[in-house]
Amino acid sequence: MLGWELPPHNSGGLGVACLNLSRALVNEGADIDFVVPYTADHSDINFMKVVSALKLDPLFRFGVGAYDSKKINEVVFPDTSNEKLISIRDVQHRYCDFIEKYLMEFKPDVVHAHDWLTFEAGVLAKKNYGLPLVAHVHATEFDRSGMNGGNPVVHAVEREGLLMADKIIAVSKATKKIIHDRYDIPWDKIDVAYNSLDEGFVTSDYSFKADHYKYIEAMKEQGYKVISTVGRFTIQKGLSHMMHAAARAISKEPKLLFVFAGDGEERNELMKLAADLHITSNVIFTGFVRGQRLRDVYEISDVFVMSSVSEPFGLTALEAAHHGNVLILTKQSGVAEVLRSVMEYDFWDEEKLADEIVAVTKSNALMSALQNGISHEYLKISWDDIAKKCLSVYNEVRKHKRNNF
Amino acid sequence: MRAICLYLHVHQPYRVRAYSIFNVARDHNYWNSDFYSKQSNERIFKKVAEKSYHPMFDLIEGNIKRFPDFKVSMSITGTWLEQAEEWDPSLIEQVRRMVKTGQVEIVAETYYHSLAFFHSKEEFESQVERHQTRIQQLFGFKTKIFRDTEFAYNDELGSWLDTIGYQKFGFKGCLAEGWDKVLGWRSPNHVYKAPGAQNTRLLLKNYRLSDDIAFRFSDRHWKEWPLTVEKYQNWLDMDCLRGNLINLFMDFETFGENQWADTGIFEFMNHLIEKWLSVYENKFVTVSEAIELEDPMDEVSMPQTVTWADTERDLSAWAGNSMQDEAENILYGMREEIMSTGDQRLIEDWRRLTTSDHPYYMCTKYWNDGDVHAYFSPYDSPYDAFMYFMNAIRDLEYRLMNDKKKHEINK
Repeated sequence: MLGWELPPHNSGGLGVACLNLSRALVNEGADIDFVVPYTADHSDINFMKVVSALKLDPLFRFGVGAYDSKKINEVVFPDTSNEKLISIRDVQHRYCDFIEKYLMEFKPDVVHAHDWLTFEAGVLAKKNYGLPLVAHVHATEFDRSGMNGGNPVVHAVEREGLLMADKIIAVSKATKKIIHDRYDIPWDKIDVAYNSLDEGFVTSDYSFKADHYKYIEAMKEQGYKVISTVGRFTIQKGLSHMMHAAARAISKEPKLLFVFAGDGEERNELMKLAADLHITSNVIFTGFVRGQRLRDVYEISDVFVMSSVSEPFGLTALEAAHHGNVLILTKQSGVAEVLRSVMEYDFWDEEKLADEIVAVTKSNALMSALQNGISHEYLKISWDDIAKKCLSVYNEVRKHKRNNF
Repeated sequence: MRAICLYLHVHQPYRVRAYSIFNVARDHNYWNSDFYSKQSNERIFKKVAEKSYHPMFDLIEGNIKRFPDFKVSMSITGTWLEQAEEWDPSLIEQVRRMVKTGQVEIVAETYYHSLAFFHSKEEFESQVERHQTRIQQLFGFKTKIFRDTEFAYNDELGSWLDTIGYQKFGFKGCLAEGWDKVLGWRSPNHVYKAPGAQNTRLLLKNYRLSDDIAFRFSDRHWKEWPLTVEKYQNWLDMDCLRGNLINLFMDFETFGENQWADTGIFEFMNHLIEKWLSVYENKFVTVSEAIELEDPMDEVSMPQTVTWADTERDLSAWAGNSMQDEAENILYGMREEIMSTGDQRLIEDWRRLTTSDHPYYMCTKYWNDGDVHAYFSPYDSPYDAFMYFMNAIRDLEYRLMNDKKKHEINK
């Protein structure tokens, strides 16, 4: 399996998904070598072999790589092995070199590559060694760029990987559609395997620390309802639409607090926008949060909004549901495909979102109906189901290969 | 007789620390941060004290002793006094000694260096009163001449001074900017008054000669660099042809902080004072003496607010974007509730937030150029300044809620 990160050295959901999927696959009997482009301690992962392709400190992938493809030519990596690693492209090339050597000794049944980051290595495995390639798409460059353009280098890598793959796994129908529409990949070459909640998230002991958001607690006592969103503040997330909707909602129902948890290039713009709309008092920016503080955001919220212009899946929605939030999702979010008891809107439809926020926060009946409904839905898809899906894809490509040779 | 009226403005704000939403309602400490943090008031005060306050106070005191005709006027904000008392009380002692000689005059202003005049007249008056009282207590001097924060002045302030300012506080004059657009062909080197004013006079800053020292002194791209005393003396002589009162108004930190010691600014001032006073008809005057030099030459009207800041000479550095407007509106909107609690600590925290430096840090005018606004900001960006300020406001709101609860229980 070709990946770019694993927890705790992950900068986002990609690493979490890879870890959970691998664990579930091993439980189903698979034997996995998982290759990462850095060197770090992963001794807590004992169910598979974690292989380091480069002597690179994982820290220096943060802010680049999986998400920030815009900066791929600008970031300087520290030279940890006397190799000149100027940009993420250099890291990818070293990663390919390593895979080429590694596969001389070791012949897996299937190569499973995650996102454009490892697609070149996957293609190399297929071309040089004739190994079946499964390309797993967690997000496309179209998603990352908010459906506007994107980086042509990334597009080229992504297209080649998708064309060369024997089979593609997309994390939602929405992603499948983008792959089909934008990269002209045949519809039936793409399978959908949704994501599920991180096992650690569900099983770990969690107790709310009221102390973290004492102010918000106090406002709730005053009758305020809390609407939150969590994520990177990038164009992909559609947050300025949400801010406009917030202003509309507040004009109808002033006792609303909007919590924007996260950070990113759009933060300053959003702050300014809140001031322009005169809703600064109702909008809270927490900065980047993870762990306990992130869970406390969910815990303190009544409503969770996923405002993405394009969201391949949207794991945070499931996390919020786990904490009893009512979900309002854009129709452009993959997670909306697997949930029924949610409110939906088109990402640009500020009026609809405002309507939904007011409706939910003003009606206890509606709120509890949605809460009750979602509590039965959010765990319906398990990692075991997803692993089974992947195994059936593996079997398909192996059969296909055998027929060819 | 020809006179220089040298006036220096002494101020330090209480900067809001990196006060995040996780602090709100948990601790009410907005001001004290780690000594090495960007917003550490203590660190900044001590740094500026070393670079500017001490050497310049020593320079002034030395010249007071040498020349009975050397006079300086200073406005010193309440927030500066509090910080000096806490971190370097010898500065207060030194000001007291200087004021006692009669050669140093203290100028009145708002205690918190606020723009309260434009938001709440009631708050404005109570801050002016507090400042006057404090100066009287500390230095045994009753202020007579007023300056508003950042030299913000308009006809409304002019008429306030001539009525309430004169009756209640005994103000006889006000300092303002001698801006060309207001003066037209007239020279700033005269005493003026507001339209119809009976009791108060206006002293207008000679911004060219002031800014030659305050801003351009060390600018190597300036065609007059390096500025020598001889050259400057020549300019002063020429300017006196337009009137015999040269109003040199500037920030105190010009000396040592804005112009570092290694630019030669201290030697320049020492030499200039000596050179100027070596001519028989020349002297220095305090602001109170300056308004008595002649009858008002003319009435000067400023319907719109004029300040001494930037090329625009307006309030746009403090109220130029929506974040600044929002912050100030919310702040002053809370005033009545804050005051009604009678909680002195709460009121003090609120008042410290009225200091005009806070909205100034939120200024985005030249943010991308990284100029003077950025240099003087202790925050990474105007947006951070806004965020921490608003979090402090949230905490004030929380304290108000608690106060209300307490009263309900008592009932």
